Parts: sequence; C-alpha cells; structure tokens
Amino acid sequence: MSYVSDSSSLNKALRQQYLSLPQGHFCQVTYVWIDGSGEGLRSKTRTMDSEPKSITDLTEWNFDGSSTGQSEGRNSDMLLIPVCMFRDPFLLDPNKLVLCEVLKHTREPAESNHRNSCNKVMEKVKNLHPWFGMEQEYTLFGVDGHPYGWPRLGFPKPQGPYYCSVGADRAFGRDIVECHYKACLYAGIKISGTNAEVMPSQWEFQVGPCEGIEMGDHLWMARFLLHRVCEDFGVVATLDPKPMTGDWNGAGCHINVSTEQMREEGGIEHIEKAIEKLGKQHAEHIRLYDPHGGEDNKRRLTGRHETASIHDFSAGVANRGASVRIPRQVGQEKRGYFEDRRPAANCDPYAVTCAMARTCMVEEEEDVHELE
Amino acid sequence: MATSASSKLSKAVKQQYMDLPQGDNVQAMYIWIDGTGEGLRCKTRTLDSEPKTIEELPEWNFDGSSTYQSEGSNSDMYLIPQAMFRDPFRKDPNKLVLCDVLKYNRKPAETNLRQMCKKIMDMVQNRHPWFGMEQEYTILGTDGHPFGWPSNGFPGPQGPYYCGVGADKAYGRDVVEAHYRACLYAGVKICGTNAEVMPAQWEFQVGPCEGIDMGDHLWIARFLLHRVCEDFGVVASFDPKPIPGNWNGAGCHTNFSTKEMREEGGLKHIEEAIERLAKRHQYHIRAYDPKGGLDNARRLTGHHETSNINEFSAGVANRGASIRIPRSVGQEMKGYFEDRRPSANCDPYAVTEALIRTCLLSEEGEEPMTYK
Repeated sequence: MSYVSDSSSLNKALRQQYLSLPQGHFCQVTYVWIDGSGEGLRSKTRTMDSEPKSITDLTEWNFDGSSTGQSEGRNSDMLLIPVCMFRDPFLLDPNKLVLCEVLKHTREPAESNHRNSCNKVMEKVKNLHPWFGMEQEYTLFGVDGHPYGWPRLGFPKPQGPYYCSVGADRAFGRDIVECHYKACLYAGIKISGTNAEVMPSQWEFQVGPCEGIEMGDHLWMARFLLHRVCEDFGVVATLDPKPMTGDWNGAGCHINVSTEQMREEGGIEHIEKAIEKLGKQHAEHIRLYDPHGGEDNKRRLTGRHETASIHDFSAGVANRGASVRIPRQVGQEKRGYFEDRRPAANCDPYAVTCAMARTCMVEEEEDVHELE
Repeated sequence: MATSASSKLSKAVKQQYMDLPQGDNVQAMYIWIDGTGEGLRCKTRTLDSEPKTIEELPEWNFDGSSTYQSEGSNSDMYLIPQAMFRDPFRKDPNKLVLCDVLKYNRKPAETNLRQMCKKIMDMVQNRHPWFGMEQEYTILGTDGHPFGWPSNGFPGPQGPYYCGVGADKAYGRDVVEAHYRACLYAGVKICGTNAEVMPAQWEFQVGPCEGIDMGDHLWIARFLLHRVCEDFGVVASFDPKPIPGNWNGAGCHTNFSTKEMREEGGLKHIEEAIERLAKRHQYHIRAYDPKGGLDNARRLTGHHETSNINEFSAGVANRGASIRIPRSVGQEMKGYFEDRRPSANCDPYAVTEALIRTCLLSEEGEEPMTYK
C-alpha cells in the first residue's frame, strides 16, 4: 500500500464549511511562479478589494528569492509580473490564479524565466500563427517515493495492459486525473484530453491547440493545478523523465507544431522543410528540451520504450521510435502538423516552443541568438 | 487487504472537483476493444459543445503498438465512433463513445468483429432478430482471489449463494447495485441482475436488443462494470472457469428470437433453427469464446449446469443441454430459445453473427459464407 500524506486525511467536510463562508467584495489572488530550479512552482496569495476583470487590474508584487534558489539573502527581493490570469478551481469564483514572470531587482529576467525571450520570438513569428499542443506525461508517487499503487516492496506485472486501461488492477489513481481535468476546464486552461499511459501509475494530459506564448502559460498553470490536486489527495506528481529504471517507459512532453501554411492545402511541403531544419539543430534542441542541458533526457531517450536515441535525429510517418513523427492522416491529407517526441516531461514549454519557433519559423539569423 | 490503493483516495475531495462547472466544454471518452479481443481501452477528449448524435463525433486515432494491435514503426490506428451513451461517472453532458478500430490501411483490426456483424445484421433487418445476453462474472480482489473468499482458502460449498441475501452469502452486492444504476443512466438496456451459484459470482442481463445493438450494449455494459469495480478497488473477471474444481464457471447465455418465432405458431421456426444449429456445433464453439473454443473447454464439461463441449443437445427446460427451450415457450408454442454455450468472455458480435448466419441465412459447414 502506498503512503499518502497526513494532510490528505484532514477533515475535508470541515474544510468545506470554511470555504463556503461568503467573502464579501474581497477577492483572493494567488500569484504563481517558476522557481530557481526551472521545474518547481511556488505561490502566495493576496487579498484585493474587488475582482480583477483582466490582467491589467493586477499589480506587480515581489518575493524572497533567497528562499527559492533565485537570489542571495542580502539582495533577495525579486519581482513578480502578472502575465496570465485564470479562475481558481480550489477557492472558486471570484478568486483567481495568476501566472507571473520573475524579474531580478534590476528588472532583468531571472535565470529560469524563459518566458521573456520566448515572448519576443513569438512576437516576431505571430503572422505565421504557430499552434502548439503538448502532451504532458507524469507519474504518480506516494509520499514514500514509490509509484502510487505499486506493491510496497516490489513491482507490478510488465507493461502491456496499462495504456488507456480500465480496472483496479490496471489504472492507478484515476481520481486525480478526473479532478485535474475538471479543475483545468474550470480554470480556463485549454486541456484537450487525457489517457492512461504505458507504465502503471503514469498518466498523460494534453494542452492545446494554443497559439504562441499561450502554450507555455497554459501548460505551466496546468502543472500547478496537477501538483495542487495531488496535494489534496495526498500523493505526488513527478515530471521526472525516467522515474523507474529497467523495462519501464519514461515520461516525455511530445510537442505538436503547425503554422498556418502547414495547416493549409499542400502544407506537407512546409512540414518537411521544418523537419529538415530541425535535423540540423538536433544537439541545440536536445540542450533545451530538459532543464539540465540534456542530462535528464539521456536517461530517457534510449531508442527503446517508444523513444528515439538521444544521439541521432530521425523522422517518419506514424513512427513512434523516431525523433519527429508525422501522424498518418497528415501524411495522407498532405497537410496538418508534426510531432517532436524529444522534449522531456520536465521541460520548460517556453524554452521548447521558443527553440521550435527560432529553428523552424524565423527566417533571419540576426537577432535570434538569445541563449538561455 | 484485497482492494486497491486508489479506492482509498478521498471520494469527498473527488466530489468537490467533479462538481466544478465546465461551461460549454464536453468530455467524450472513446472506448475500444484491444488486441486481446477481451480487453477494453479508453481515452478522453474535450469537445466544445454537446454532441446530439453519433455523426457529430469526429474520428480519432491511437497508438496500437501499446494495445497489442500494431508495431511501433507503423502504429497509428483509427477510432470510428459507432454508439454514444451518457457518462454515469462524469455525468451529463459528458459522453461515452463505443468505437470501431481500423488499421492504418482502414481495414478492420483483427479484433474488430463489429464490422462484419453489422453487415450480416443489415442483411436480415426485416426478420427483426432480438437478443438478450446473460453476462456472468466473478468479482476478484486485486490479489486475484475471489472477493470475500478467505485469503488462503475456500468458502462453504455451492448451494446457498444463488440469488442469496446476507453477508455470509452475497459478496460485493454494492458493485452490482452501482453498476445497474450506472447502466440505466447511461442508456444501456440492462434488464436485470441476480447473484449466481458460486459465491462472488454475479449476473446481469442486457436486452432485448435488435441486431447490432446487442453487441454495442453488452460491450458498454462490460466497460461500466470494469469502471465501477475500479472505483471500488476490486476487479471483474470474465474468465469462463475462474476456479477449477466443484465451482461453477461463467457463461454468457444468449437468448434469441425472430419476429416469426415470437408470433403464433413460432415454435416451428424455433425448432427449425435448432436443427440447423445442431449441424454446425463446432463452428459455433469456435465463435463462442476469444480463443476458438479453448477457454470454453475448461467450462463446458457437462457438469455444473453446462453441456459437454463435444456434443450438441437441446431440450425444454434442460439446463444441461446446449440449447434450452424455456418451459413457457414450450407451452405457448412461441417465443425464443436460449443458447447456453457462449462463454462469459465471448465477443457478443461474434456470437450474434454466428446465430444469424446459421439460423437465418441457413449457412452450413465449417466456414462462413462471403456475401456481396
């Protein structure tokens, strides 16, 4: 039996009594940001006198960066700049969740703030109307660090029966998936689907299609909601790209990409051009597809378990062992989108979409090299 | 403890999330039969409005290499919506959608027996064939032992359990009650339930259904059963002989009639149909479980209210025969008959198709005829 947190056994009916208290005209706004690790999320809440109707109603805030791995103690104030607002599925209307960019005290972007440069590139290519869809895989763990639902001192039966499965011996933790889906719909996140994954206790949700900077915003907030829902149930979601060694699948964040030209008649030509360009930048993209310059993905992209090897770039129609897969119906209809299967589950979607836009969509070479 | 870890997650917390409004968004869960011919898989997508008819649901695809249905290098398979039901887990306006599976070349997948069944049913529409199938199943703990049985042993011998009441006789009734209500909500034609002869074994009946509806409704009823069991943390097994020895097996007796059989003097047509079945016993045995008869070989022994797999027999009110004519039908000289041979894990498309071919299309011999 996996371990759930003590907090999850606090009386939720009691909690509900308090959360049902009316709050007058006050509004609770929770600011959410990415910390110094580039993977972790932090949040804190403030009261506002009235419900903010748009992002412009929200003011800047600050926080202690020395407690989030983002600055030194003697000069620790960092700035939170609201960039995207959502409804709050935990505290409910009129309360809000606000995704923020982090700036240093000099007002330069913090090291793990990849949104800033991503936004600049997306501005440049906005006439191409780039659409993205990302498939976020994750694994549920108990607080004991073992996958949730796995036998305490061992392993379940080998992979085969779990993908898209139903049944108590195959699908572990569906409640979390269901609740996260509803929370995302309520919040206004563009969640487009869910499924059980190949490894038991592993799940996937998809966010998109999102245009430009929206992809990173929606995916980061969806991740926040996932961690928060898991916290309520007393389990943990990990985005580690290879949580279990051995004959167990890793976790990725496949990204689906298209421009307006690719979606139109004869778009396959533009898809193939884009894939050619990607082929020439393999090492550069691998560096940007996880938060540790490719080190995380080394454990995952082995060439087995439906991955391509990290060393080679390959592409193919309906081929799940390739770096880039062209879906079969795209091959048939000669238009649509392509799927880059390389990003790790813990990638930064701003870094990934930025790299994709730079390599495939920006024509000029000049002001493009703002390396993270 | 025999129930899953997931079943112990807080359902009060879950309810809070499931109550969140979802605007115009609709969750459609696509369900299909995997490469084993017995397993069911599912995944969900968001639609931006409620589909009123099956025609409004788009085609989809999935990774067949993860469901024993294709190779990784050419893994895309298609999902074609065929029947829509209300979702008793996520509730209105959300839907469950039963799908056909096609290979990459758009031919039916090996375990897609619906396509051929539909073709055959279309040929005999004017005969109005009605079916009712009696689905038996056993509830198991996650340890694989029947639910409620002592962990290293057996309960008292069969006798008190059939239609029994009491904690010492009926094991797992909650599952049955929940499943029944879920089927009624979903729109599945469930017509009854009862406790079966072996403890922890139960039965539900679906019908009367005309033509292709029988297979559709039974497969969705099975999905609902697995999903309800998952929620409770137990497992439903359709194994035709889950416990060897002096314990009943599990079948899927199929009741069948045509308009002629149901009308005055219909008994004559019933007897003609049975005569044709008598000449084609092996053909039907091969169609009546997913392993061409090997599963049923463990069940159809001639004991425990079964007929022997090697012989065909028929009789009024005879539960030891292959075909039983209910006593009331014998008296009123019209009605239906019961084929007791199909195993619990049969594919209802294969079973109903075989009955039509032999009884209505007058086929003979070991091979099915090819039409058009």
